[in-house]
Amino acid sequence: MAQPGKSGSHGGKGQVIVITSGKGGVGKTTTSANLGVGLAVKGKKVVLIDADIGLRNLDVVMGLENRIVYDLVDVIEGHCRLKQALIRDKRYPDLFLLPAAQTRDKDAVSPEQMKKLTASMQEEFDYILVDCPAGIEQGFKNAISGADKAFVVTTPEVSAVRDADRIIGLLEAAEVRDIKLILNRVRIDMVKKGDMMNLEDVTEILAIDVLGVVPDDEAIVVATNRGEPAVTNQSSRAGASFRNITDRIVDPDVPMLELEQEGGFWSKFKKKIGLGA
Amino acid sequence: MFWKKKKDSKDVAKSRLKLVLTQDRLNCSPDMLEAMKTDILQVIAKYMDFDEKAMDIQISQSQSAEDGKPVLVANIPVLSLRKMK
Repeated sequence: MAQPGKSGSHGGKGQVIVITSGKGGVGKTTTSANLGVGLAVKGKKVVLIDADIGLRNLDVVMGLENRIVYDLVDVIEGHCRLKQALIRDKRYPDLFLLPAAQTRDKDAVSPEQMKKLTASMQEEFDYILVDCPAGIEQGFKNAISGADKAFVVTTPEVSAVRDADRIIGLLEAAEVRDIKLILNRVRIDMVKKGDMMNLEDVTEILAIDVLGVVPDDEAIVVATNRGEPAVTNQSSRAGASFRNITDRIVDPDVPMLELEQEGGFWSKFKKKIGLGA
Repeated sequence: MFWKKKKDSKDVAKSRLKLVLTQDRLNCSPDMLEAMKTDILQVIAKYMDFDEKAMDIQISQSQSAEDGKPVLVANIPVLSLRKMK
């Protein structure tokens, strides 16, 4: 089985980061997979936890669905050791997945158990990324319980932004203080026509720090079809955004990659962060 | 801009979102709002007759303030003042 090996490259404790959104279908799992791979490529030791018990998906997005033996609930209930359940991604030796149980429900885990589990991984890993289920019920409460930080994923639509606002409120109430926004699936053509909110519009409403903005990109669909996250695809615009986001996770001083359309091409890094007032 | 017939749809989205989030964040239950309306109208009825069908009391968003803080907006058409004794 997987051998997590020696401890990560970090000096102290690894960070527990929950990737959440409220609304389903905005790209939590895709974001989790891409950030996990992106951080592992940068030499960080990463574990991805699929906290969506009963609706397991991170494994297929990662292309690791055929390697599951044990899952999160097996670990929590003591049916196996953590190391037996962790799947090492052979493409990125510093990347591990702890899959969700598929045949159980969210009540199989308690927030205390999740907190203990993520805390037990902080010695070993630099980053513990928790892919949160949609909704604000038990699964959400479990997923955020051990989190130091939260990345809220939203798309520029009224329903997704409204839910993101609710999630931000609940995270604050749960005393998760470090909350950052990832705006996903932005269509520049529609932004230009005034038919889609841009980053500035969304941050005016949500008033939280921005980690990054990701364009709508067919390469994401192709990557998911293949089980190979787009973050390593050099020709994908979304991949470039996810690489920028991983850079910014490791070093917050890295400027944000702006979405632009200059004759259909992407401009490179810009000094200023496109955030208005 | 002046030559555009309609507002950009993203601006419609923004203003609708701002209003709905003002209400969401305040988390005022419909029961509480109803009880408050009843109390307010009782007080006002001591001083004037008003058009009950046309009146509107709701939590909205401050138009003047940049921060869009919630405001209670009451629009109560006055029919006549009561004579004070």
